Amino acid sequence: MKLCKKFWALTVILVVLGLITVLFAAGCGKTEGSKPKLASELNLFIWSEYIPQAVLDKFEQKYGIKVNQTNYSSNEEMLAKLQAGGTSQYDVAVASDYMVEIMLNQKQPIIQVIDLNNVPNLKNIDPQYRNKVFDPDNKYSVAYVCGSAVIAVNKDKIKESIKSYKDLMNPKYKNSLVVLDDERAIIGIGLKLLGYSLNETDEEKIKQAKDVVSKLIPNIKAYDSDSPKTLLINGEAAGGVVWSAEASLAKRENPNIEIIFPEEGMYLWQDNLVITQGAPHKKEAELFINFILEPEISAMISKEFPYTNPNLEARKLLDQSVLEDKSAYPPQDVLAKGEFLRDVGEATKIYDELWSELKQKIN
Amino acid sequence: MKDNSGVLTTVLVEDSGKSEVNSKKRELCALISPVVFWMVVFVAIPLLLVVGVSFLQRGIYGGIEYQVTINNYIRMFNPMYFRIIWNSVVLSFFTTIICLILGYPFAYFTARAPQKIRGMLLMLTILPYWTNSLVRTYAWIILLRTEGVINTILLNIGVITAPIPMLYNESAVLIGLVYVLFPFMVLPLYTSIEKLDRSLLEAASDLGATPLKAFFKVTLPLTKSGILAGAVMVFIPSLGYFFIPDLMGGSKGLLISNLIKNQFLTARDWPFGSAISIILIAITLIIIFLYFRNAGSKEKLEVF
Repeated sequence: MKLCKKFWALTVILVVLGLITVLFAAGCGKTEGSKPKLASELNLFIWSEYIPQAVLDKFEQKYGIKVNQTNYSSNEEMLAKLQAGGTSQYDVAVASDYMVEIMLNQKQPIIQVIDLNNVPNLKNIDPQYRNKVFDPDNKYSVAYVCGSAVIAVNKDKIKESIKSYKDLMNPKYKNSLVVLDDERAIIGIGLKLLGYSLNETDEEKIKQAKDVVSKLIPNIKAYDSDSPKTLLINGEAAGGVVWSAEASLAKRENPNIEIIFPEEGMYLWQDNLVITQGAPHKKEAELFINFILEPEISAMISKEFPYTNPNLEARKLLDQSVLEDKSAYPPQDVLAKGEFLRDVGEATKIYDELWSELKQKIN
Repeated sequence: MKDNSGVLTTVLVEDSGKSEVNSKKRELCALISPVVFWMVVFVAIPLLLVVGVSFLQRGIYGGIEYQVTINNYIRMFNPMYFRIIWNSVVLSFFTTIICLILGYPFAYFTARAPQKIRGMLLMLTILPYWTNSLVRTYAWIILLRTEGVINTILLNIGVITAPIPMLYNESAVLIGLVYVLFPFMVLPLYTSIEKLDRSLLEAASDLGATPLKAFFKVTLPLTKSGILAGAVMVFIPSLGYFFIPDLMGGSKGLLISNLIKNQFLTARDWPFGSAISIILIAITLIIIFLYFRNAGSKEKLEVF
């Protein structure tokens, strides 16, 4: 009996305490919210090593909005997390071309229209990076940076000349390569070697590509999309297939690193800023996108992460050495041979399954 | 005897009237209901959700389509997945054995150490675990990599001529798992060794047993429950730690935990991921069942 009373008393106290906290928090929120029109935070969902902290700090200084950064290491991971946790957990996300298409092709689109009146800096973006096929009217996405997947080789460790993906399959390089942890990029190697498109939807052809790639598996030491440059710089990996800026950052640290554009044709991509469906801070999100497109800010990003900058005004502020970096600004003929990804619809399942199988292969 | 006392209580309760019975029932309800609530909300519902999802289909881009199927289970009858499960179990087994071999002497000397330093030794076991486990894993990466601390030292003092590949292979994963799970072995072992009655060892030696014989005939059998508890507490989590193989094994997806993680994060095949999770739960249940059977009576159980 006594115990019972104690229990109820405790419950009542806890409930009352809880209510007080909730009311107090709500009250605080109101008084804070009524002064400035803008919210005090913004949730950004972006690739790891993709935006300098200094940029986020500057944004906070200027607008008093704190940017909470959350990272992912592949487009697929981003999509999975948005599907699992709901889209309103983030305001701004970064999605590659084909992923924008996928996000729009859902029964309920994952992203929403951006009010371009709030993004006047869009004029700074080179027209060739606007109105792309994945977003023809440029309503949902704004170009962030572009790049490719290149071959990087440490000349100290790999003496042979490497020209194509095929050269990486040499059994001499057993257990010594680092490659992207990315299904479309790696299965794409097989597709390109067979002369198919990166956007193949025919199951047989994708399976053939998987069989070709499995010859590369014994040479793979690690899968890493976040920071493959680390393995190249510290000598853990002799070479690999990595994002273009990762390769040039590795080259800055270790001049022995050579960057090679595979002769079969590169995987090209354009990453874009998008606003998620149901984003709690849409206004702030548009403000942030406009901020990123400011020439000085965009130049800051390119200095730290040397990808292709689609912002013409920002390019004017960049050093000649950055602009001459071939991996960020490849020659026209290389770009012409490259290919962008598209949404492959039903075939997405096939890529997913084959990728799981590939990754389970044990060296 | 038992029956008699039962009757006695019933009589007593009946004597003091119905209201007493009711209030007792109410008290019991009040005491149990938070536990029931907790179990239903945090264990039963999520588990049922996983079971439910494992019988559905994935959508094109992930998510779930509400069509019942058993394909997710059929898909697992593939030599590849059997090999993954087998590899995981073998790796977890070795993790447990190594933890035991390293942990037993450690726990033994800690328990036998003077009272003053015993607390400190236990503290030292737990202390590193106040740091984030990811940070500690990265520390291992710095130690083990080709141009890392260990290889550099060994090269400089001339023990080896070429760096030993220590990272991004199965032994790296094993090192990582042993390191992370070590205290889970030591703590139950420590409890059972400390509780051991020393006079039994004195008796053994009085009866002419050598210390080694006394250890194998007395100490080891009497600390069996600690060994079993430690083994279960190492084995089961080691099946599920996906970040160690990811970081130290180069994300090559060697284990069942990575397979599940990949289904949820890259392949977006939640139903298949759920089905594998159910298999993992089944393996765990079998192990716990074996544990309960071997540990004997409830008093001997060190955990649970």
